[in-house]
Amino acid sequence: MKLVIGLDGQSSGEKALEFAKSVAASSEMCELIVVYVIEWSPFSFQTAEENAERHKRREEEISIAMERVVEPAVATLQAAGHSARAIVRHGDVADTIDAIAHDEGATQIVVARSSAGGFSSRIFGSSTANLVMNARVPVTVVA
Amino acid sequence: MRKLYAILFAIAAYVAVSLPAVAQEAAATLDERVNAAFANATGWFVNFIFMSIPGTNFPWIVMWLVIGATVFTIYFAAVQFRFFGHAIGLVKGDYSDPNDAGEVSHFQALATALSGTVGLGNIAGVAVAVGIGGPGATFWMILAGLLGMASKFTECTLGVKYRNEYPDGTVSGGPMYYISKGFNELGLPGGKILAVLFSVFCILGALGGGNMFQANQAHAQITQITGEFPGWITGLVFAAVVFAVIVGGIKSIARVTEKIVPFMGILYVGAAIIVLIVNIDMIGWAFGQIFAGAFTGLGVAGGFVGALIQGFKRAAFSNEAGVGSAAIAHSAVRTKEPITEGFVSLLEPLIDTVVICTMTALVIIISQQLIIDQATGNYMLNEAGTAIATVDGNGGVALTSAAFGSAIGWFPFVLAIAVILFAFSTMISWSYYGLKAWTYLFGEGKTTELIFKLIFCVFIVIGAAASLGPVIDFSDAAIFAMAVVNIFCLYFLMKVVKAELTSYAARLKSGEIKKFTH
Repeated sequence: MKLVIGLDGQSSGEKALEFAKSVAASSEMCELIVVYVIEWSPFSFQTAEENAERHKRREEEISIAMERVVEPAVATLQAAGHSARAIVRHGDVADTIDAIAHDEGATQIVVARSSAGGFSSRIFGSSTANLVMNARVPVTVVA
Repeated sequence: MRKLYAILFAIAAYVAVSLPAVAQEAAATLDERVNAAFANATGWFVNFIFMSIPGTNFPWIVMWLVIGATVFTIYFAAVQFRFFGHAIGLVKGDYSDPNDAGEVSHFQALATALSGTVGLGNIAGVAVAVGIGGPGATFWMILAGLLGMASKFTECTLGVKYRNEYPDGTVSGGPMYYISKGFNELGLPGGKILAVLFSVFCILGALGGGNMFQANQAHAQITQITGEFPGWITGLVFAAVVFAVIVGGIKSIARVTEKIVPFMGILYVGAAIIVLIVNIDMIGWAFGQIFAGAFTGLGVAGGFVGALIQGFKRAAFSNEAGVGSAAIAHSAVRTKEPITEGFVSLLEPLIDTVVICTMTALVIIISQQLIIDQATGNYMLNEAGTAIATVDGNGGVALTSAAFGSAIGWFPFVLAIAVILFAFSTMISWSYYGLKAWTYLFGEGKTTELIFKLIFCVFIVIGAAASLGPVIDFSDAAIFAMAVVNIFCLYFLMKVVKAELTSYAARLKSGEIKKFTH
């Protein structure tokens, strides 16, 4: 069994991790894949200078996400005796988590309830809601 | 840095306080003095670049650009039409590896390069072309745009192929790099000297077309609405904002501009389409004028050759194909295949010249701002005989503004904002191109970069204060001088691009290069 856990760097991610642990505990062979997506669009507008530095910035963004969010989570899971690994990607959050789960052949995706609320989520929708509606793999949203 | 800001604010405050006190005429003489000194200092350079081919009145530089674009079109067997669909696919991201997400995409590189070229050339430059060369200039402009796509393809492929990638992950590219590295690779002599020569012209082009022309026309547009006031005031305000971005590092201003400019572009094209729809019955007539003017001149100065020269000149000035500037902007893209960026870049002259410039030209023709002699059907010349007489005696950006204003009364206000933003974003882009040439010559370093940036800001003030004639001449001359070196070198390097193209086309056909399913 494979589980994809989507983190967003918020404290609610802890709950998703706890839930994934409990699911993994009930199965003999379970691999946990911790995913963090850096929101990014190939269709944004940038200055020439930003473009020239983009590769450098991308590397920095990935290493910060690894260091601050994903690696601590993987360490906790491994400490609890689970098999876990990390993936950090750029892209649309919902699409990318779904693509990873699909490519990895995961049995389900675990994410925390969206922490964003109010006006912006009404206008743009939340990544969690988008994921639930469009995912090709079952999704558990942990409250 | 704080000290610099303090000085700048002091100057701004002084201007604000003393403005009513300083008599308008005193300010006007300052403008005049700047103007005369500028014309004297640059005249010889302008004369050389625009020298006519002996025995004709055809400037050799225009011939140079057209021959270059035609040679590339033939050499690459009309690559701009054969790979047009593929270019669209690349921009849409059909061929982008999802694992490269987060790197500069083809779309971003194209958008950045476009924001450097779409600007006053499309609004003011076209008005100059149509105002002097008549509607027929539009035909030659479109033709130059279509041919220019091949020049752009060649230079941008090389820009990515021979760029410098530094250990910290940043990149630098452009003609100076592909000239020196490419010539070296092919065992040709003189690469370094030509690269240096290109860099010198690039710096002049950045200060001219990428700076002074923008400041000058932005000021012209502002005075259309506010009434006359001295140009150096506009120049100082522009210089202060550009200074804040490129020296002060206040990137947020540039970022905001980059986000607004594309929408301004869409708004501009949208307004042009509205004007055209309202006058739909005149579109046939307008195209008739364009075709008739292209081959007869319809009475413009210099006849149809005059129309042709204006059309080609303004197209090159607007889309910069063959000039080499776009190669600097496009070289940042992350791709395993340099040629893909070449394909993407060929869309630039199409969007810039064939679509946007043609829109402007059609609006000017349809609005009937250009006076036609009813007896002959030809256009009437102004008193000096240099340009077509217009309803309000306007030229340049003021002519475009009046043309839009005759259909949509409030549009000149929107146009003024668009012009200011376009001018600003073009200045930011060109400050980067100029800086890259500068650091190629003098090495990278905080002090050398600061010197260039300060010079750049000073030229904004000069550009806004000088009158259109000398500024537009110098701007053209400097940008075309870049094309002299660049196209000369492209002839030697085009076989490198050909090898890339042959290999890529074969792999695309065999299915080795395929779309990624997203």
